[in-house]
Amino acid sequence: MPVFSSVSRLAAMALAAALLAAPARAGTLYDDLGGRAGVQRIADGMLQRALSDPRIKDKFQDADIERLQGLLMLDFCKLAGGPCRYPGRDMATAHADLNLAPRHFNAIVEDLQDSMQAEGIPFRTQNRLLALLAPMHRDIVAPPGAKPEATP
Amino acid sequence: MTWKPLHLICGLAWAAAAAGVSPAQAQDRGKLIATAGLIQIEGAGGGGLAPWALITGYGTRDSVGANVHGTVVRVTNFTLSTLGAAVGLYDRVELSYTRQFFDTGGTGRALGLGGGYQFSQDVFGVKLRVFGDGILDQDSWLPQVAVGMQYKVNNRTDVLRAIGAKSDQGADFYVAATKLFLTQSLLLNATVRMTRANQFGILGFGGDRSDSYHPEFEGSAALLLSRNWAVGGEYRTKPDNLRFAREGDAYDLFVTWLPAKWVSATLAYVDLGSIATRKHQEGVYASLQLGF
Repeated sequence: MPVFSSVSRLAAMALAAALLAAPARAGTLYDDLGGRAGVQRIADGMLQRALSDPRIKDKFQDADIERLQGLLMLDFCKLAGGPCRYPGRDMATAHADLNLAPRHFNAIVEDLQDSMQAEGIPFRTQNRLLALLAPMHRDIVAPPGAKPEATP
Repeated sequence: MTWKPLHLICGLAWAAAAAGVSPAQAQDRGKLIATAGLIQIEGAGGGGLAPWALITGYGTRDSVGANVHGTVVRVTNFTLSTLGAAVGLYDRVELSYTRQFFDTGGTGRALGLGGGYQFSQDVFGVKLRVFGDGILDQDSWLPQVAVGMQYKVNNRTDVLRAIGAKSDQGADFYVAATKLFLTQSLLLNATVRMTRANQFGILGFGGDRSDSYHPEFEGSAALLLSRNWAVGGEYRTKPDNLRFAREGDAYDLFVTWLPAKWVSATLAYVDLGSIATRKHQEGVYASLQLGF
């Protein structure tokens, strides 16, 4: 069927063109999160939620919240491909004394998801940021041997 | 057969004992929603047809998590119902018990078994997570891998012998690899199962055509639409051991709603292939799961 084959060839070419064009058209994750202002709101929203989250708020007792606010924004910005430099300590050093368990790590992920949801970030875009953050569990969560202290 | 109810009691005790292993440790419900998977047809944490490498329940490495489930699969000529409980221990070990009821409907009469003839089967499952973190290790292709066993005991010894099955009980052994590709919001699973089970064991184990273990493949793909909704499909190959009736592959297309960590509901279109001379067994799969 020549008609069918030319139609399918056209469709294939259109598909190939769309696939090739897609990366060029799509903005960076940083853009999709709303640029500097958007990333700042997402980071702030996460921190505010975490500070009142009974599962993890105690972990912020000794934290300099204002400094943390700035660092979180810069960290997310840099990860998402934005024009930022992260001046903080590395993740392992920064979290070494906090004795964080997987449940703490996942609690803050949920706070971040809530924050992005409140900002109207689409689910798939949210997951692109989470995919960049998730591997940090290796530096943030204390090894299984380090028994997390019982929280009152 | 007074020892059959004993299975039910043993099974429930198995699950309850596991749930009570660590009463001092509060259930932390620390996993992210949907990352504990669902419960598959034989009671293991998985999709609907295939066991996954994820450990069921929302407990992390410091905690335990448990759930109960009920599933009804209603296909053209048969109804398969399952009830069970599963426990995840420290995100490392999973124990499960499920009882399956297989109602032969009008086919029972046609095969000389009587109308509404029912098979039932107990499935005791154990799964061990071997390595990998399928959810958080997003910078690597390495999946989470688990090995598992399902020991199945069917209650219809005489009928199973009559249709050519070699045994009324058997063990399946599987290896499952599961990976969440978060950038694509896509979860993929591949399982290889060594089995002699006919129709999941409902028609016994081994047969007059073949009585040896066969490797079978089970694949799942699930697309996460939001934190509370997922859609996907699964495919499962099965052995073909009995002369009296051919056995084919099964597949499903599902939608799952997870409004909270303690409850999920799954609705699926399922095609189980040919069962006991009845071709093209397709219909609806509905499952409700409650966690605690």
